[in-house]
Amino acid sequence: MIGLRLRQLVFASIIALIAYVFLANVMFPASMGVALDSYSLTIVGKYLCFAILAVALDLVWGYCGILSLGHAAFFSLGGYAMGMYLMRQIGERGTYGHPVLPDFMVFLNWEQLPWFWYGFDAFWFAGLMIFFAPGILAFVFGWFAFRSRVSGVYLSIITQALTYALMLAFFRNEMGFGGNNGLTDFKDLLGYPLTSDGVRVWLMLSSGLALLLSLFLCQKLLATKFGRVLVAVRDSESRTRFLGYRVEHFKLVAFVMSAMIAGLAGALYVPQVGIINPGEFSPLASIEVVVWVALGGRGSLYGAALGAIVVNAAKTFFTGFYPEAWLFFLGAMFVISTLYLPRGILGALEDLAQQVKGKAPKLSQEGLS
Amino acid sequence: MSRASSPALRTHIMVRVGSFIFSLFFLFQVASAQTFVQGKALADASLKEKAVWMEKLASDDSEEATRILQYWLDGILVYWPQENRLVRGIKEGRRYQLQDLMTEEALGAVSSREIDRVKTNNSLRSALKQVLGSRQLGSSDRNVRLSAIAELKRRPDYKVLPLLKKREASEQDDQVARQLSELIGLVLLESAEANEQMEGLRRISGGLSPEVKDSLSRFLLNPNLDPGVVEVAQRELDAITRSLMYWGIGQDLFFGLSLGSVLLLAAIGLAITFGVMGVINMAHGEFIMLGAYTTFVIQQWIPATSMWSLLISIPTAFVVSGTAGIILERLVIRHLYGRPLETLLATFGVSLILQQLVRTVFGPLNQSVVTPDLLSGALDINAAFSVTYNRLFVIAFALCVLVTLWGVMQRTPFGVRVRAVTMNRGMASSMGVQTQRVDALAFGLGSGIAGMGGVALSQLTNVGPNLGQSYIVDSFMVVVFGGVGNLFGTVFAALSLGVANKMLEPLSGAVLAKILILVFIILFIQKRPRGLFALKGRAAED
Repeated sequence: MIGLRLRQLVFASIIALIAYVFLANVMFPASMGVALDSYSLTIVGKYLCFAILAVALDLVWGYCGILSLGHAAFFSLGGYAMGMYLMRQIGERGTYGHPVLPDFMVFLNWEQLPWFWYGFDAFWFAGLMIFFAPGILAFVFGWFAFRSRVSGVYLSIITQALTYALMLAFFRNEMGFGGNNGLTDFKDLLGYPLTSDGVRVWLMLSSGLALLLSLFLCQKLLATKFGRVLVAVRDSESRTRFLGYRVEHFKLVAFVMSAMIAGLAGALYVPQVGIINPGEFSPLASIEVVVWVALGGRGSLYGAALGAIVVNAAKTFFTGFYPEAWLFFLGAMFVISTLYLPRGILGALEDLAQQVKGKAPKLSQEGLS
Repeated sequence: MSRASSPALRTHIMVRVGSFIFSLFFLFQVASAQTFVQGKALADASLKEKAVWMEKLASDDSEEATRILQYWLDGILVYWPQENRLVRGIKEGRRYQLQDLMTEEALGAVSSREIDRVKTNNSLRSALKQVLGSRQLGSSDRNVRLSAIAELKRRPDYKVLPLLKKREASEQDDQVARQLSELIGLVLLESAEANEQMEGLRRISGGLSPEVKDSLSRFLLNPNLDPGVVEVAQRELDAITRSLMYWGIGQDLFFGLSLGSVLLLAAIGLAITFGVMGVINMAHGEFIMLGAYTTFVIQQWIPATSMWSLLISIPTAFVVSGTAGIILERLVIRHLYGRPLETLLATFGVSLILQQLVRTVFGPLNQSVVTPDLLSGALDINAAFSVTYNRLFVIAFALCVLVTLWGVMQRTPFGVRVRAVTMNRGMASSMGVQTQRVDALAFGLGSGIAGMGGVALSQLTNVGPNLGQSYIVDSFMVVVFGGVGNLFGTVFAALSLGVANKMLEPLSGAVLAKILILVFIILFIQKRPRGLFALKGRAAED
């Protein structure tokens, strides 16, 4: 019960945040002084996107036992899809003023748009690709990997190799995604200038809504029989297979869904920070996501979201004030959360609350290996 | 350079006597007063007349003529009307410091109006370079002669042919003579006569330097060639292209083997720890980095150029990284036994801490580790294939480590225990093997080898806080490809990935080569999820 209450608390605070921003920044005039400034809006929006990504990873790692060290790849692909749309929106306002080609292509003396850039001038197409680009990659990769029963650390290493290979590929100018510099200098989204406060508010609000939506959807999904089988796969893959379930199908569906949610997070993230570059594919970025989930509470969607926000708030603090200490802190967090908080902050709080009520804590590591 | 055989010794003495006489002559020249008195005429000459002057000076063998030409080329030759002679004038601020041409005695400073600089232009300058280059061919220092030949090869000039032939007759050093003969061959290609061209082709036959290939390609563009000559030249060019290709493959193979050796040193420890404990150690790359930094620190104490500093670094790095490994195992990994994914995360955290620690202590910039004198330089087999000593050292070192490790694993009680725990932990434990002790020691061994890999790596690349990270993904690929718990699999995987990487590089570029290898492994693991040489067993997975 306590656990449920904590979850409700996380859910409620996200709703409260959205409601506050909606009221303060949209309904009331700025003169009231209660509105968030654009810096805080961007920061909060960023955290919400990371929370969505953490929920996506928790779906596969916490509930299906697939430790993906390459989830940043799906996040970045969604981000690149959005970035391509935003690049096409620049039109003639680029430095070189070319009506169709983005600046970096003019710079590289390209004659025409590569085929994979077609269609990205339409928002609906870009909106589809936000889900499809990471989804298809996850489908192809997962289909091969799960079918041949690559699991455990092997799978983790291979996902890391995947994102590493993508990073190297996107660094190449010939790939047609802006190489080293990535995509940047965006002007507007759906006709509204990106730098305006109004657009920032709406982006932050949609990030919050997307987080609520993905939490809600995953929660519902896990409550079905499908979700039960996922948990069974996590706890004992062979037994589930012997019981007659096609384990690889369940894993594949979860993996693709997770990748699509990660893509959505990336797509919301890019217009808020105004840039996407191949650095987002780096293995370190993926593994940071893992620590959000581990610290927040693996196997609990709300815990994952909480972990993303807490760790990133810590990151903002440390990189601002003690940049030297950030990696020490992050590293220590990895060690501490695996050694002492196997179920993360949320799990520890739940255990604590139960102890206060005089009940024995649940077996904390049950099924999490 | 020692010459061992007795005829060579005789020529050596002759050279010695010759150079003694030469230096006497030189002394005499320096002591003698300036003899070139037409300074004014030279300074006033038009560019066309200057070329004539240059030819005249070129035919004069004296030291003075050499100096005049050299200073002329450098733009510091000036005519000093007050004493009516040529002097060396070096511009300092708005004034010129004058020095005597031969004695370099200071003659005071004058303003630019009091002197006349002997000017040049580009075509004169390149002609001057040619003349000076052919003069250097007579130098008593063989390195000067070699560099002069290399300079002349860049732009073969038919005019210097008589001089080259004269030098060839008197050249004693074998290597210089070979180079000179090739140069004469290149010069002969500039000739208009078929028999001279044939002679040139004969001389350059078998040469693999880029100059030879370029000259030959250029030569074939000449429309007025004799058909017979064309045929020979074409055959020669094809032969050169072909052998360049073979040697290029050889060179790639060598680079691939050295990269494979580095990968082997990095991955072998990983394979041991993964094999014994089923634990993926993400901090493994940082143990490599620790080894590399150990080399750097030791070089601060022991002169870096001596081989000793490197030899001392090897065991020290083993101890440093090994100890770090044992500490990590005792403090963290032991508590996460049986939970490989958690271990992966915890060790990743440790790797971040170690990286930042090194960054804080040594700074974020790359440190350069000096290569000992004994390992710098290369064995040049020919122009297209050279074996650098540091890479050779890495290959040999990896081989030593491999043989030692194999011995330890196969022939010592410790090795037997490690293998027993790898195969069946429970059974080993019930037979009285202290598995915890084996775990710690095996982890220390794996980490120590990574540290020694770091020493080897420091000879090839810069040492920085991210050194380990850049090799960790590759080492994982080696382990995944080769399979776990099998030394041979790791060796095979490391060498084949190293060679494949270097072979693909010239075809597709370094980045694409790496991507192709990664994609290959991702596909490969679909077929063989437990690697190429997996231990066979009947155990269910969970």
